[in-house]
Amino acid sequence: MEMDALCLKNEEKLALRLRSLYRRYGYSQYRMSRFEEYDLYAGNKEFLVSENVITFTDTNGRLMALKPDVTLSIVRSSRAGTGVQKVYYSENVYRVSARTRRFGEIPQTGLECIGDVDDCCIAEVLLLAAQSLQTFSPRCVLEVSHLDLLSEAVGRIGATEEQRREILRCVGEKNLHELSAICARAGAGREETERLCALLRIACAPEEALSRLRSLGFTGAAYGQLATLSQALDAAGLGGVLRIDFSVVNDMDYYNGVVFRGFVAGAPAGVLSGGQYDRLMKKLGKNARAIGFAVYLDGLERFCAREEAFDADVALLYDETASPAALCRALRAFTDRGESALACREIPQGLRYRRLARLKGSEVEVLETDA
Amino acid sequence: MKQTLNIALPKGRLGERIYRRLERAGFGCPEMADEGRRLIFEEKGKGLRYFWAKPSDVAIYVERGAADLGIAGKDILLEYAPDVYELLDLHTGKCRMAVAAKTGYRDDRGRTLRVATKFENIAQRYYASIGRDIDIIHLNGSIEIAPTLGLSDVIVDIVETGTTLRENGLEVVETIFPISARLIANKASYEFKRPAIEAILQALAAQTEETA
Repeated sequence: MEMDALCLKNEEKLALRLRSLYRRYGYSQYRMSRFEEYDLYAGNKEFLVSENVITFTDTNGRLMALKPDVTLSIVRSSRAGTGVQKVYYSENVYRVSARTRRFGEIPQTGLECIGDVDDCCIAEVLLLAAQSLQTFSPRCVLEVSHLDLLSEAVGRIGATEEQRREILRCVGEKNLHELSAICARAGAGREETERLCALLRIACAPEEALSRLRSLGFTGAAYGQLATLSQALDAAGLGGVLRIDFSVVNDMDYYNGVVFRGFVAGAPAGVLSGGQYDRLMKKLGKNARAIGFAVYLDGLERFCAREEAFDADVALLYDETASPAALCRALRAFTDRGESALACREIPQGLRYRRLARLKGSEVEVLETDA
Repeated sequence: MKQTLNIALPKGRLGERIYRRLERAGFGCPEMADEGRRLIFEEKGKGLRYFWAKPSDVAIYVERGAADLGIAGKDILLEYAPDVYELLDLHTGKCRMAVAAKTGYRDDRGRTLRVATKFENIAQRYYASIGRDIDIIHLNGSIEIAPTLGLSDVIVDIVETGTTLRENGLEVVETIFPISARLIANKASYEFKRPAIEAILQALAAQTEETA
């Protein structure tokens, strides 16, 4: 495979595949600088995956941040106009990793659609999210939720703001036992609590999920949108990747409507996350709608990476009598045949090689072979 | 090929009790009866692999996908906030997270409260919620002796019967939250091993209802 020949790291190969996919759909690349003014992030910390940001004071006295996120920067630079701006990015971000709980450099690739976002645009983004996952493995799942449906069900509980936050935490954990207890404390009726729990139990293919939503009385615009989007993905041959699952809860102060999360078999955590963020746009004073997603390539570092059996095809030993010209000629002869060759005076400790050879004058003598 | 479901059990009485429930529900693994120091046991026919882990590590195994399911106390889940599903309250291993102090202790709100605990995050969140300024002293064990030796004013720790507290001259001054064992699942495993996870969830739920 061509990309293998480039000796790229696994996550770089995966990022290349994604960028190529997004370009095929007409998305243009957005490049951002490594640093941004801290103010951009300070006012929207809850939107960030991790609230911790690495900051420093620049030579002009401005407080700067090592970018923890790309979306906020794209939104800020977006311009009002007709149509939809479609961009993709492939950047390293600097934040506390959910896995290590330490600051780290995290490779992230994703896309954003900003402007007059309609159902066609949302369907295209879901299609690209599903295709992104399929790029890694045919065994993948795109979980889709609709925050308007969830809001409606949670709204009927009559919870205080603090109880609402607790309820949403339980929703994200599929924690029905604590959810029921909070609803009881909020004084919610049995019917409202059971309806919310039933919504949360929906974690299945769209056809069954839509049928269960209808039986729970969710037949409004949000239901219609889920049905439309599921038909769209079916039409594109990707319906099998989709699951409706209401445990996907992004921060409702920023997100609205369709939100989603992607899993790939073999990766221990979600590798893709996204959704509509019209509320963030409004907070930032932008008169536009928006949707996008990010693929977290750090979670895929070990995924589908092939363990190389050898460090070099040939370990070529030479001694103090060897002429540089003869060595260069011998090395070129190996590499021209597509083999890797490591020139060394002694075999480095732990080196794995297919063949051990020695340069003798201008001749190469094979000493050992794994065959 | 049948997928293997990896289940992390906490070493000790709680883990043994949960395993017996699983065994009764038909998810047993005969090798588990072996005496010895082995920690991993497999029942290939049923596609099950159990392993014993330190109770505070179970959530890490599950979050990182080394285990698909695990049994963890609510104290651990609240302290470390792992990104996992909490599928069931098993109503066993019951105790509480509490603030304890020397018998007769009176809090002087004019001073920073010195709190000894191994549950730093829980203590920080609790005192932040009541607007109390604290100085956390992280200890790894024998927390109960800290107030007696003047190291701290109070402790935040797990209390089961209260006997250890009493024997060390302490008493509970506030319960922060009740604790019990929970069935947790890795979020990706829940997608790709759903039937096996659901089968265990239903079996444990049925037995939990019986015992409740």
